Amino acid sequence: MSWLIDNFGQVWSLTVDHVVYSAIPIILGFVIAVPIGWLTNRYRLSRATVLTIVGLLYTVPSLPLIIVLPTLLGTRILDPVNIVVALTIYAVAIMVRTASDAFASVDVDVLLSATAVGFSTWRRFWGVELPLAGPVLLSGVRVVSVSTISLLTVGAVMGIPNLGYLFLDGLQRNFPLEIVVGIVGTILIAVIFDAVLALLGRLLLPWTRGRKQRRRATVTDPELEVVGAS
Amino acid sequence: MTAWYQTFAWLADPANWAGPGGIPARLGEHVVYSLVTLIVAVAIAVPIGVIIGHTGKGRAVAVQLSGALRALPTLGVVLLLALWLGTGLGPPLVALVVLALPPLLAGAYAGVSAVDRQTIDAARGIGMTETQVLFKVELPLAMPIIIGGIRSGALQVIATWTVAAYLPVGGLGRFIYDGYAVQNYAEMLGASVLVIVLALVADGVFALIQRLVVPRGVVVGRASDVRVRSSKRLATTSQSTTAG
Repeated sequence: MSWLIDNFGQVWSLTVDHVVYSAIPIILGFVIAVPIGWLTNRYRLSRATVLTIVGLLYTVPSLPLIIVLPTLLGTRILDPVNIVVALTIYAVAIMVRTASDAFASVDVDVLLSATAVGFSTWRRFWGVELPLAGPVLLSGVRVVSVSTISLLTVGAVMGIPNLGYLFLDGLQRNFPLEIVVGIVGTILIAVIFDAVLALLGRLLLPWTRGRKQRRRATVTDPELEVVGAS
Repeated sequence: MTAWYQTFAWLADPANWAGPGGIPARLGEHVVYSLVTLIVAVAIAVPIGVIIGHTGKGRAVAVQLSGALRALPTLGVVLLLALWLGTGLGPPLVALVVLALPPLLAGAYAGVSAVDRQTIDAARGIGMTETQVLFKVELPLAMPIIIGGIRSGALQVIATWTVAAYLPVGGLGRFIYDGYAVQNYAEMLGASVLVIVLALVADGVFALIQRLVVPRGVVVGRASDVRVRSSKRLATTSQSTTAG
């Protein structure tokens, strides 16, 4: 434990990097995926195509993706932009499917009623569709959040600063405690992000309180969709 | 663009295709490692998942456990086990098997518990024993989703063996780290392309298997659903086919 106290400054700065580099892809992934998910429902023909493309994106393993991206983006291999783009791609890949399912879960009769009382498409989206799709979207973001935070550590082998650095350094110095600190730190960040998202959900979707049982049931669904990049 | 020319040059160079460190050897290692990992993980996770799905007991524990395992950073677990258990293939193999369990478990219990209750009741009603219900009704109907779980697991295993080559083990990740050490970007990029192609091929193979294991009766049922062309029916069938 004295190692942690002596090196707290370094661990803390890696933790801050970890939080920043995982928060950006989570937010970007949500912002990009929600409109795509909505469109796949609106134009049913595109659904199969979009979901197939998105599924293929997720099959690309993470380390190779970080290496291929510089040639496609014109960035340098050590540029943190590569890992942010890579993680955003995975976030979008998970989130589009969930977003599409979320909007599909909104009752068609409710939408017709909204139109019938004079809602424009724009107002109907913000006032009816998005809030009703909210609980499923939230469960999707929670899955994206966990996987993004744990995937980011792979970036450390390409020199991008985050808690994954402790794994490599710990192995080199034959010092398991350092690796354990890295793993525990990564899990702690994931747990805190998840708690923040759950809290946001309670504030923004107050009507889902007291329906815990049903929400649990939907939470497991996007987890099933999550396939294997690491 | 020059990076890509150099990459194709690296991929086309016959020197890189020979010997124990050549592309075929590394590719072979990657495939064998991945298959062994997957077989061990399937042998552990699928029976447990099927029992959970069949009895409905332990579902909450399985969900919690899969969620918790997903938060574990793979690279950290692989390297930690290597430090504790020593060098060789064993430690990363153990780590990768553990990390491959969640998707397999999820696929198995979700697949079995998604089987229509009425179908199971009907099977019991015509006098099938519990074992017959499991093997003749639940498992065949659950098979596409179970294979879907294995498909996810396979992709994860291929990806993680690439990262695990940080240890002195073989596989395509070897080229990536060796290339990184001497700043040979063409070698890293070439190996990356090979891993991506391997992942896509594996995904395609499992997609095909997933299609082939759909029971005949279910295929017939689906075809008539399409002909009905009711939008609600279409929505439900498309959901059930994409569930894996």
